Amino acid sequence: MGFLTNLINGISLGSVYAIIALGYTMVYGIAKMLNFAHGDVIMVGGYLCFISMTNLGLPPLVGVLLAVVGCTCLGIVVERLAYKPLRGAPSLAVLITAIGVSYFLQNSALLIWGANPKAFTSVIPLPSVSLFDGQLVISSVTIATVLVAIAVMVGLTLFTSRTKMGKAMRACSEDKGAAQLMGINVNSTISMVFAIGSGLAAIAGVLLCSAYPTLMPTTGSMPGIKAFTAAVLGGIGSIPGAALGGVLLGIIEIFAKAYLGTQFADAIVFAVLIVVLLIRPAGLLGKEIHEKV
Amino acid sequence: MFNHGVSRRSFIQLSGVAAAGIGLTACGGSGSSGNAGGSASAEGAIKIGGIGPITGAAAIYGTATKFGAQVAVDKINETEGKTVLELNWQDDEHDPEKSVNAYNTLKDWGMHVLVGTTTTAPCVAVSTETNADHVFQLTPSASSTDVIGGQADQDGNVTIPRKDNVFQMCFTDPNQGTASAKYIAEQKLGTKIAIIYNNADAYSTGIFRKFESEAKNLNLEIVSTTTFTDDSATDFTVQLNEAKSKAADLVFLPIYYTPASIILKQANQMGFAPKFFGVDGMDGILTVEGFDTKLAEGVMLLTPFVATATDENTKGFVEAYKKTANTEENPNQFAADAFDCVSAIWGAIKALNITSAMTTQEICDKLIETFASGTFTFSGLTGENMTWSATGEVTKDPKGMIIKNGVYEPMDAAK
Amino acid sequence: MLKNLNKTTRSNIITYGIVIVAFVVMQGLAMAGAISNSLVGLLVPICAYICLTISLNLVVGISGELSLGHAGFMSVGAFCGLVVAACCRGIVGSDIVRLTIAILAAGAMAAVAGVIIGLPVMRLRGDYLAIVTLAFGEIIKNLLNNLYVGKDASGLHFSMESANSLGMQGGTILINGPQGATGIDKLSTFASGFVLILVTLTVVLNLINSRTGRAIMAVRDNRIAAESVGINVTKYRLIAFVVSAALAGMAGALYAMNYSSIVPKKFDFNTSILILVFVVLGGMGNIRGGIVSAALLTVLPELLRFIGDYRMLIYAIVLILVMILSNNAAFQSRLTSLREKVRRRSDDQAALAVDSQSGGASHE
Repeated sequence: MGFLTNLINGISLGSVYAIIALGYTMVYGIAKMLNFAHGDVIMVGGYLCFISMTNLGLPPLVGVLLAVVGCTCLGIVVERLAYKPLRGAPSLAVLITAIGVSYFLQNSALLIWGANPKAFTSVIPLPSVSLFDGQLVISSVTIATVLVAIAVMVGLTLFTSRTKMGKAMRACSEDKGAAQLMGINVNSTISMVFAIGSGLAAIAGVLLCSAYPTLMPTTGSMPGIKAFTAAVLGGIGSIPGAALGGVLLGIIEIFAKAYLGTQFADAIVFAVLIVVLLIRPAGLLGKEIHEKV
Repeated sequence: MFNHGVSRRSFIQLSGVAAAGIGLTACGGSGSSGNAGGSASAEGAIKIGGIGPITGAAAIYGTATKFGAQVAVDKINETEGKTVLELNWQDDEHDPEKSVNAYNTLKDWGMHVLVGTTTTAPCVAVSTETNADHVFQLTPSASSTDVIGGQADQDGNVTIPRKDNVFQMCFTDPNQGTASAKYIAEQKLGTKIAIIYNNADAYSTGIFRKFESEAKNLNLEIVSTTTFTDDSATDFTVQLNEAKSKAADLVFLPIYYTPASIILKQANQMGFAPKFFGVDGMDGILTVEGFDTKLAEGVMLLTPFVATATDENTKGFVEAYKKTANTEENPNQFAADAFDCVSAIWGAIKALNITSAMTTQEICDKLIETFASGTFTFSGLTGENMTWSATGEVTKDPKGMIIKNGVYEPMDAAK
Repeated sequence: MLKNLNKTTRSNIITYGIVIVAFVVMQGLAMAGAISNSLVGLLVPICAYICLTISLNLVVGISGELSLGHAGFMSVGAFCGLVVAACCRGIVGSDIVRLTIAILAAGAMAAVAGVIIGLPVMRLRGDYLAIVTLAFGEIIKNLLNNLYVGKDASGLHFSMESANSLGMQGGTILINGPQGATGIDKLSTFASGFVLILVTLTVVLNLINSRTGRAIMAVRDNRIAAESVGINVTKYRLIAFVVSAALAGMAGALYAMNYSSIVPKKFDFNTSILILVFVVLGGMGNIRGGIVSAALLTVLPELLRFIGDYRMLIYAIVLILVMILSNNAAFQSRLTSLREKVRRRSDDQAALAVDSQSGGASHE
């Protein structure tokens, strides 16, 4: 039973990572940038939802909606002001700008909402499910997180393969120049990707805070880095890869803690990542791109 | 992804302009001996410097101490009818390097006495600097013995010699570890004890080590010891499962209240309801906005300060704190410790007739003599008739508290 | 006179010149007591960050690999250096000799770590390499958080469990797990920092301008072409990586021994990123730019202290603005036309002022 409990906890944690990683991977796949501010958009999403629920007394669903709308707008504004002027600039310059944005969001949150942590009330006010005479307890948040992660993954896959906008995104990710020649507005496509990525970050933020209910200006940074790791583990740029990488990372983290000791859990998680990348240098589901002369 | 085209010419041009600016600032700073805090100097006031994290992950603690100290300074100035104390608080981001920078900035400002630093690791670095410069330092909350120095562990190993100018307002980590173990043993609170601590944190590890060895002496049975780090402070299901499977009836949490609030929630979700026992870092858990205080029902902790106490001093402080910090939330013990630091220093300054005309070193000598004498007593928010010894440690009674219906109650009364 | 030398040598002389002049001026001002305590306190960290920036530039700028775990090597050097320094306490009298031994040992230890990490890492490329360096940085931090080292009459004691299990009596605990190292002898001085910068500069500039350096840059510019002319790609990438690690370790030791206490937490992802920011702002592959940006960006947050609560917010905005202004195409073209005008007026002067082709030239 202990094993099953750990597995479920791992999947729960992993699903949160997966949703964050999906945002990372979308932006990376199309804009070819590591958006280090993604974790902080998660934090903003958490705060927006918290305010609407606790301070404004709105129902949870409205709170989630507000967070998604707010973060989507934030994503568009940040993209317009900070990343768009750097179109065509070296990718490391964009990376540093993203780090600047991350500092900016964290410190703004600190000034606006203060340093004191907020205890997040779960957006899913349902009781936990108890199985096998209470030996196995699955919280409603866990179930919701897993379902949302699956829905987001399927939704994104369909969106990128079926819709016109999604196809445009894939075209941009393959070759921006060629996409432009085919009449695709590359700029607006990239903005769109940021909007979607930030909206996903809001959902991830709400679920993260529902499962692990402490909200601080630095809440998003560590899950952000872990999710980035997950995205790479699965093969960055690949949508199913991000989901798989996220879930795997969550399970590895929990199992490492449970069976190999909590002291070296972080080291073990990252060691597994290294081993996986050495065996499959492009991640689990990533495409190996062979350079041509 | 590596294009090597970041234009360096333009950057060097930009930085040239910035360099000119820095040159000017540096010279300007030295000329007027650096009015770093930006506050106008009042004639004849004693300058109290403060250091603690205002930004970054530990900003909660630094902000609390900053406003706590400010409340004390404002109160004293009001009572005296003129500006006798001046406070300049500098941010250190909970980083030893930035903390030493902050200290140097305060030195430029002309600081007489240092209240700080708030967090332990930076305080160890800064206290060496104050020791070398002979600046009196009273820390509200840096509780490691390395801060004051000169303390040997049970094997007689000493890390650093005593820094005679450094004193603490809080209990030392080993003290808390010992006190917690004794309390649990005396009150027979639990027989099978599980511990969850932060093994990337000096404070948490310090208390845990002492608790572990003291528990052995007192024949307390520790059935499970698990850890976490700041990087993995989101999920505690593994640690709680381990404690649950070992049938622990008391979980000792020598950690800060932010991770503790998650532990309480997750324990509740998995239907695990042992007794929880915390230390002073747990104080503040009830002030977390949106926290369901029902989760903390029955949690026990050792804390020197209770924000909901009804005595006049506490009530006045809480009110003034909320106004100064512009918040609805009650101050935690960090704020109270900082308030007491400033008040105790002011008490000594007044008794010794210290004036700002004296040098920082003279002031330091006088204050050391007073604080180390063992006869100087101070009653404040965090204790009655506190005294200090030459080792730098404070002597005051830890109060055992239990949370009942969302408020603290003295543990003895609750029994 | 400068004109008679070739471009690279001239550029290198200018770089050395800037460092030496800056040192002499700052040292003079510090001795005369003409600069604030705050700035004096920043001198050694600035030296350490400059060394770290130069060394990371070797990997990121010259070799073209993104490394996100540079702080890991810094911490290996820092903790190794202070243990060695503590061991020499009482044996070696002179502080300078002790510091030198410690820094050299730190460099050697970090080089070993560089080889251990570099061998597997060099199989990977691009963002995958970046994430593996990040992972190694985190692993090093986690291990150091559980490392206990003590010294007593019978020698050094190591443990990965707790200080109690060191099994020593009446000794000194040198590294105490997450509490880090306390009671470090503060051996680092501005002069030693300056010497370390010169050493780092000499190593890196000579490497760049050597046959090996040209091979490293050839691999960066076009791996397949380099391979086809018989360059051992892995070997040259590894050389750059290990040299960089060793130099970072030395800088770490210098950094650690400027403070009486240091904790493993300090050497986290954020510190790695900080050094990367210095490198990118200074211009990738541009050693001189890196020196300037490391110095300026270390001082900047301190200068912003008067702003109080808004300090880090302003810092973030400055970072974003500098990045945008120095990379935005429209702004650049305006700047170029301005520069052309100036150049026409005094072409001779301008030719000297504009820096020459040191290291990684712009190429897409």
